[in-house]
Amino acid sequence: MDKRMTAADVVAELRDGMTIGVGGWGSRRKPMALVREILRSGLRDLTVVTYGGPDAGLLCKYGKVRRLVYGFVSLDSIPLEPHFRQARQAGSFEAAELDEGMLQWGLLAAAHRVPFLPTRAGLGSDVLSINPELRTVRSPYADGEELVAMPALELDVALVHMNRADARGNGQFLGPDLYFDDVFCMAARRRFMSCEKIVRTADFQKEGSIHTLRINRSMVDGVIEAPGGAHFTECPPDYGRDEAFQRLYAATAKDDDAWQAFKTRYLDVDEPEYQAAVREARQELR
Amino acid sequence: MSGFTRAEVCAVAVAEAFRGDGEILASSFGTVPALGARLAKATFEPDLLMTDGVATLLEEPAPVSDGSGFQPVPEAWLPFRSVFDLLWNGRRHVVMVASQIDRFGNQNFACIGPHAKPRAQLLGMRGAPGNTINHRTSYWVPNHSPRSFVARVDCVSGVGYDRAASLGSRSSRFHDVRCVVSNLGVFDFGTADRAMRLRSVHPGVTVEEVVEQTGFELAIPEEVPESRAPSQEELRLIREVIDPQGLANREVPV
Repeated sequence: MDKRMTAADVVAELRDGMTIGVGGWGSRRKPMALVREILRSGLRDLTVVTYGGPDAGLLCKYGKVRRLVYGFVSLDSIPLEPHFRQARQAGSFEAAELDEGMLQWGLLAAAHRVPFLPTRAGLGSDVLSINPELRTVRSPYADGEELVAMPALELDVALVHMNRADARGNGQFLGPDLYFDDVFCMAARRRFMSCEKIVRTADFQKEGSIHTLRINRSMVDGVIEAPGGAHFTECPPDYGRDEAFQRLYAATAKDDDAWQAFKTRYLDVDEPEYQAAVREARQELR
Repeated sequence: MSGFTRAEVCAVAVAEAFRGDGEILASSFGTVPALGARLAKATFEPDLLMTDGVATLLEEPAPVSDGSGFQPVPEAWLPFRSVFDLLWNGRRHVVMVASQIDRFGNQNFACIGPHAKPRAQLLGMRGAPGNTINHRTSYWVPNHSPRSFVARVDCVSGVGYDRAASLGSRSSRFHDVRCVVSNLGVFDFGTADRAMRLRSVHPGVTVEEVVEQTGFELAIPEEVPESRAPSQEELRLIREVIDPQGLANREVPV
């Protein structure tokens, strides 16, 4: 089955109030082309589940987020995402903050279709008071140990970005870490995967070892070819993080004029125009 | 005080925190902790495991500064899900920064003010809840004051001894906050009620100064020794090998 589609096709399937999981990690291999398409849409009241980076920062900045479920929101080389910081201090969304490992556990529970998975992580900390719906569970075995019952984080939609994919929905990561992109896909009802390049299935082996083929087509409903689609986050080996552009983005959090200029130039435009503006900016910032 | 800097004393104190750890992952956040962990590995804890900060364990870690000539040699792949496996498995000692820490070692680097709408959003919970309940943890506080050593933290990201005790002995059996290193001294929880105790003051710091800069009552032994000064070999490693540009001195400007 040919699953190729456009970012606009993806956003056309999304609805207000949906729970959307975003793959990647911090400012690393984020499906930014799909996120930018959401920014251009009228979608609102989203619950966003993420190891957060600029995806979370931008969606919060645009007021698209009703509830953010996250372990952190970071730009890596800038430890705290400045737009996220601003939105948090304004109290503009519900912050369902978890321990990083608990987030993985909740996604894995959803992927395995069990209501919860037990973990020690979170016990004794304010994660349990911040998220009053969290419950503990006692081991039914002789030890009787009390553990956090991390509930399944069921997603309506997962968005991930891979280095390579084929038209049928097999995906290949070529960088150092898959992060939890496979788990995000398995935790979701509808799964959309953008990629740097669509290749023939037979060509995967030219790109990387069998171990890099971690997303199989049963985990994906739509494939979007989006070169530069993770920009300005890193997508090695295709490209590193655009640190100069990231600094530019970060600096707009404290300066509304700068933000408006940034938005006009880079976000109020379609994806090809964004990529063209980035190429221009690269010359200017050099 | 002459011959060494306060940052170098702090780094030695962090290195000492890793003493006896053996073959576990040494993780550090902040410049002084990074220097301390590398110093421990280069001297008395050669079996420590260390990452490149991404997804690889390296035979030897990169220097803290001036790594231009550094050639990383990977010894294992450690993507984030393996990091979670490893830390829940317990084979790790992390040195985290504490923006606030209280008498029982509850740590906050999440936010200042109420969590729903903080006055200041800090790093967030990150992995602190899972770390502190699963494996050994120590803290680094570069700016010891009544604003960092507080009676009550605004948000508990890292679990302290009183909260661990309230979970019962089974749930808290892997909880182990070994020590706190600040720019003024070294602290542990070796008291009957596991309240924070002053273990040593850095050369040039008085006990009175520590007490004055601490927002709760510290346990103070009758004799408070000075923190160990760096040996000549440690100073050579710090200045010539691990941190030639002296980045740690910028984190502790004394």
